[in-house]
Amino acid sequence: MARIFAYIVHKAGVADDSAAELIAAAKKIDAAASPTAIIVGHGADLDAVCSALRNSYTEVWKVAHETLAYPNAELIRRALVKVLPPGSILLAPHEHFSIDLCPGLSIKLNSAFVSDVLGIEGMEGSWLKVIRQEFGGAVSAHVRCDISAGAVVTVRPGAFKPLEGAAGNGTVVDKSSEVGAPTARRGYLETIIAESGDVDITKHAVLVSIGRGIQEKDNVGLAEELADALGAAVSCSRPVVDAKWLEKSRQVGTSGKTVKPKVYIACGISGAFQHLAGLKGSPFIVAINKNPKAPIFQVADIGIVDDLLEFLPAFTNKVREARTVSTK
Amino acid sequence: MEILVCARRVPDTSENEIELNSAGNDIERDDLVYSINEWDNYAVEEALQIVAKVGGSVTVVTVGGEEDEEILRREMAMGAHHGVLLSDDAFAGSDGRGLATILAAFVRKGHYDLILTGVQAEDGGAQVGGMLAAMLDYPFASLVNSIQVLDGKLKVSREIAGGNKEINEIDLPCVLSIQTGINEPRYVGMRGIRQVASIPIPTPSAADLGLDPATVGAAAAKVKRVDYFVPALGKGAEMLQGSREENIDKVIELVAAKGGLK
Repeated sequence: MARIFAYIVHKAGVADDSAAELIAAAKKIDAAASPTAIIVGHGADLDAVCSALRNSYTEVWKVAHETLAYPNAELIRRALVKVLPPGSILLAPHEHFSIDLCPGLSIKLNSAFVSDVLGIEGMEGSWLKVIRQEFGGAVSAHVRCDISAGAVVTVRPGAFKPLEGAAGNGTVVDKSSEVGAPTARRGYLETIIAESGDVDITKHAVLVSIGRGIQEKDNVGLAEELADALGAAVSCSRPVVDAKWLEKSRQVGTSGKTVKPKVYIACGISGAFQHLAGLKGSPFIVAINKNPKAPIFQVADIGIVDDLLEFLPAFTNKVREARTVSTK
Repeated sequence: MEILVCARRVPDTSENEIELNSAGNDIERDDLVYSINEWDNYAVEEALQIVAKVGGSVTVVTVGGEEDEEILRREMAMGAHHGVLLSDDAFAGSDGRGLATILAAFVRKGHYDLILTGVQAEDGGAQVGGMLAAMLDYPFASLVNSIQVLDGKLKVSREIAGGNKEINEIDLPCVLSIQTGINEPRYVGMRGIRQVASIPIPTPSAADLGLDPATVGAAAAKVKRVDYFVPALGKGAEMLQGSREENIDKVIELVAAKGGLK
């Protein structure tokens, strides 16, 4: 079995949660594997992460250069191509940086590429059998990947239960001299932090959240009326923002806000992973969807199959009635 | 600016509920409505908006068969100047790398300043754009949600976690993968599609592209889908089966108990 590497995403001197999840993924490929962490960056932040990783990885390969202080996929690709032994298996978390890095890296390494893996079933000869999702999570697929010439595999964050390696006193190996000073035709300028918007959905205990099922902009008011009646805020999934029906600041999900409400009322939301990943703290989820097979029903506490455009006004009226009674 | 947009025809998730077939090994394909992959449609709109500002032309290319021509016509009705269908039996069963290999061969036959793909396809792995860039040795940026044309380069914004944006400068020629929401794609009516119905669409083969058939298609694929399935998850939601009124009463009771009605 080829040597397995785990690409460590880090920020401000702290390794991403995926660092421990990749150890678990590596062991699903090869139970005897002791994956090697590979980490790229610069300065004290990099050293702090390397030091912490020694607790969970027996070997940590460090690549340091001042041009690598901010993760630029083109520079890091050049560095990894120089450092990784032929035939290596590289694991990385599936997120915005690896979407930049990994497909091109697999071409330059001439190895196989499979992305956003949420389960690993094991080897069948030289083929690795994995599980992916397609069509926004509506169906899963078994996928076979020929890793005989190496592979780049991106793993869905949170899909593997983190495993702390046995290490405790791993070795840090400095590979920087093999890399030199890479150059890129793409340059990082700045990061623009998202605006908080008119309503801060992260601060609300109850969210009425709408998805594609709300159908058109004129229907957003139905959710707003319910939210008013409940004393809640309106949030949404990505398609609603893409269609410009609500501001980006209202979006729950990996590319939007992470929220921790007590109650989450999902209206016409299919329940794709990218959306659910923004929902933390195990809220009580009520899902209303016209499709009885919508993935949201797998994670919701209460499910109702109904027409949203009729259900919402009826719901709003009942809440108003309940309030009138309780205040009498 | 000469812009190439790589597009795919996929089952339309806004028109279909994607479900398992009765044999339990594939999605139910009877009566499926197909359309252009949503991300790719945003990419075409972005290309049209760039060309409207700085001049040039937009070519939309796809890999497939006769049935895939409809998405090219649709995008031409939006305003794309050319459609090209890369079509050969040898292309069937290509994985992401195979598709990128075919597209790279096509790009090398022409001259494009900018190549756009969607971030991902409904049934894909967010990979073809990055692979294509690496094969062509062009710079690449993924998850692009705004583009500004500068002299010989672009200023692009990438969508990163939490709704934040990462701003980059990138040299031309380059490959960008386009995120949904970057623009508002224009509406296409049946009339528009009829108006482009007779425009010829070239269909280059593997030989026309100078491609060795052994490097593409099912035989070369290192990644293969075995089957589709729906995983058995935990208990799932308690489904309320009452009348609408009863369901609402029950929800209000539960939401109130969870502290959601204060």
